[in-house]
Amino acid sequence: MADPQALAVQEKKELVSKEEQTVPARYYVQITDIYETDDALTVVMEIPGVEKKDVEVNVENDVLRVEGRVDFTKYEGLEPLYTEYNVGHFARSFTLSNRIDQQQIAAQLEDGVLTLMLKKAKEAIPRKIAIG
Amino acid sequence: MAMFRDPFGTFLQFQQALDALRASSWLESSTSGGGPFPPVNVFRKGDDIVILTELPGIRKADLQIHVKGRTIRLAGAKPVEYGEKASLHRRERLAGSFDRAVTLPVEIDADRIKAEYRDGILALYLPRAERDKPKAITVA
Repeated sequence: MADPQALAVQEKKELVSKEEQTVPARYYVQITDIYETDDALTVVMEIPGVEKKDVEVNVENDVLRVEGRVDFTKYEGLEPLYTEYNVGHFARSFTLSNRIDQQQIAAQLEDGVLTLMLKKAKEAIPRKIAIG
Repeated sequence: MAMFRDPFGTFLQFQQALDALRASSWLESSTSGGGPFPPVNVFRKGDDIVILTELPGIRKADLQIHVKGRTIRLAGAKPVEYGEKASLHRRERLAGSFDRAVTLPVEIDADRIKAEYRDGILALYLPRAERDKPKAITVA
């Protein structure tokens, strides 16, 4: 590509999970960035088309699971003529390596991007030890 | 529409319909290319055309839409930022700029185009020009 900064299309990956979904619809794995700072783990996910109320985030047994459901009624009456991407719900889980303070998970949804701030539990924050 | 009659599995049927049309040649004859980002889905709603495209992480202010004749141009930039002291565990989101033009095979009424941007999805409502609509002819 001539312009290295030009955006490329990222093909959606269909979710392959051990459990089956109860509804007959396709799920995709949302594109995710994860980065860590001293006191928190930040998870950034792209879930276009998902409204705030349709996002579900939970942490159980050190597994973070995020599910976003798209409102299918918005597509009613639309007859596809030409398509380049598919539409579906999103679901993805991560095993967390750090202990997370479950009471302190902050979530923000803006322009189809979900940002989760997972504060590390106190015992997981590295303690600086001064050499005397 | 027959496609939505069954309340169960309608979404799956819709998804299958979308898949069936992937890489069809509907927009292929267009000469105005540009990059393939953002991917677009084109729908028909009655007489009109609806274009949907996913632009997660792109702010409304960073998005430019131009219409000229039958060609719609979408351009903009997507920033991806991390804090300064962050160590990256997983990096999948792409940052960069895009510029894409799509030429429709039907004439549209440029003055009545509506654009909506919500939850990372841009919807363009493109009314078909009156003069382009087919006329019914009665057999005398």
